[in-house]
Amino acid sequence: MNIRQFKETIAHRLMFLLCLFVLSLVFLMVFGLYQRAKPILAVSSMKDLVFSANWHPTQGHFGLAGFIAGTLWVTAIAIVIAVPLSLLTATYLSEYCSRWVREIIKPVIDLLAGISPVVYGVWGMIAVVPLVRDYLMPFLSERLPFFPFASENYTGFSALTAGIVLAIMISPLIISIIEEVMRAVSFGVREASVSLGATKWQTTKWVVLRKASPGIVAAVILGLSRAMGETMAVLMVAGCAMQGFPKSIFDTAYPLPALIANTYGEMMSVPLYDAAVLLAALILFLITVFFNIVAWGILLYIERKEA
Amino acid sequence: MGKLWGKSFDKRKIEENIFKGLMVFSMLVVLGSLGFILVTVFAKGFKALSWEMLTQGPQGGYYIGKGGGILNAILGSLILGIGATFLAFLFSFPIAFYLNLYLKKKSRLAFLIRFSLDILWGVPSIVYGAFGFTLMLFWGIPASLFAGMLTIALLILPIMTRSIDEVLKMIPLELKEAALSLGSTRWEIATKVILRQASSGILTGVLMAFGRGISDAAAVLFTAGFTDSLPYSLFKPVATLPLSIFFQLGTPFPEVQARGYASALVLTVIVLVLSIVSRLLSKRFTRHIIK
Repeated sequence: MNIRQFKETIAHRLMFLLCLFVLSLVFLMVFGLYQRAKPILAVSSMKDLVFSANWHPTQGHFGLAGFIAGTLWVTAIAIVIAVPLSLLTATYLSEYCSRWVREIIKPVIDLLAGISPVVYGVWGMIAVVPLVRDYLMPFLSERLPFFPFASENYTGFSALTAGIVLAIMISPLIISIIEEVMRAVSFGVREASVSLGATKWQTTKWVVLRKASPGIVAAVILGLSRAMGETMAVLMVAGCAMQGFPKSIFDTAYPLPALIANTYGEMMSVPLYDAAVLLAALILFLITVFFNIVAWGILLYIERKEA
Repeated sequence: MGKLWGKSFDKRKIEENIFKGLMVFSMLVVLGSLGFILVTVFAKGFKALSWEMLTQGPQGGYYIGKGGGILNAILGSLILGIGATFLAFLFSFPIAFYLNLYLKKKSRLAFLIRFSLDILWGVPSIVYGAFGFTLMLFWGIPASLFAGMLTIALLILPIMTRSIDEVLKMIPLELKEAALSLGSTRWEIATKVILRQASSGILTGVLMAFGRGISDAAAVLFTAGFTDSLPYSLFKPVATLPLSIFFQLGTPFPEVQARGYASALVLTVIVLVLSIVSRLLSKRFTRHIIK
């Protein structure tokens, strides 16, 4: 065997090993986190940990339900704000605007995606917190003193603040996927619709959006899982005080990622604390992996069907 | 057609115009937020920015308003980012390459690898941080530059591999065939033909991943730790820019917070420059490309 072929064989084997490493990474992460979360699972059952909101680490109670609820609450607010914004923007970019406008706007939106989460947090603290504190909260909470607006929290650090910041953070991702999916809808169906006398908007609404709807669902799921895992920005603006279950969009929220990030100092001093925190990370991991599998499954299915 | 105040109108047209207005409005909201973020960070940060901040590490009592700067965090972030990007590249280039040259187009293995990379791309950075933490406990290494590099490398591996993969997908089949017909092995095609052909695209992917690596804070929180001294050892904690911003804003002192805003400005400028440079590169750096 000559030296060139020898190199080729070695390179081939090594690359194959690297690929196996990537394939095993998901399982490695589950395994590693599970190993470290085991001590707490030995003491209390999964059901107690996930469905109880009793969080008193020093007394040995590690109920994560309050944090899970906080995650869902903040994510829900972010999605409610981000989806209409992203859907309309993507529709405009894909169907209405001229080519050169799109060529300018898309890189700008990509810039938005590249900004550091901490900088989003800084922006949230400087701009969004006062907006919520001085305008939205007094206005809504007094006029609509019922769920989900009534609140006693006048600081401006709230679930809504985190939701707004998150919505802006996840919009670029949702926009770019929806836009791609919409542009993949073939021109033939559009022409067929227009030739039947439909206006541009009717074509968009009844043909393009309908045809792109699975992809739009996938984009929303991806945005959702991105919002769930976002840590620093949320940590900086959500207030992060333990309040049990969320009662108002103006109350503080304490999502799972913020809990994980917040405990890095005290983690090792309280028994089982680190296990509980790594269990939280494991739960977060499993949820986001599940959402990602569903979303990419949908997108791949569409791609197959198109081809 | 309906009639209103004696004038006929097309209901469909009105609906279309309403929605068109809404679309333009939401696009302006999205773009406006970007502008709003940049303006806020620039306006707040520029005032506190000084030469001293960029060229000195924090002195004693920096976090209660005494002198010093954030050189520790700037250097720390750059070193950590470069190291992590290098580590990730060692993995991602061969993998992307394997996907495109060694595996067939419809190979099940290629499908699985791409799928798991896409999934890993969606895993939150705090989970990578927690996983890095478990690795540290397993190997018994403390919070350090090395641990941070490793974690960030894992974090940016999927994004880098997938973007290099997309670039390699675009390479014309004829080019590979021509090289093969001249008797070269696939490894030679990789290093001598494709690396050159795709260099600008690969560089764009690498810079993008670098940008993501230095702007992330959640993954280095447990793994890289934080320190006031300049980075000097692979196995000592290292300061990073995002965490430095976070800690400065966490203090109750206005002058320290102002310096936090200035640090945010520094980070934003670095990230913006990176993304603009990588965009320009992907357009200009086309000298070696055979079309």
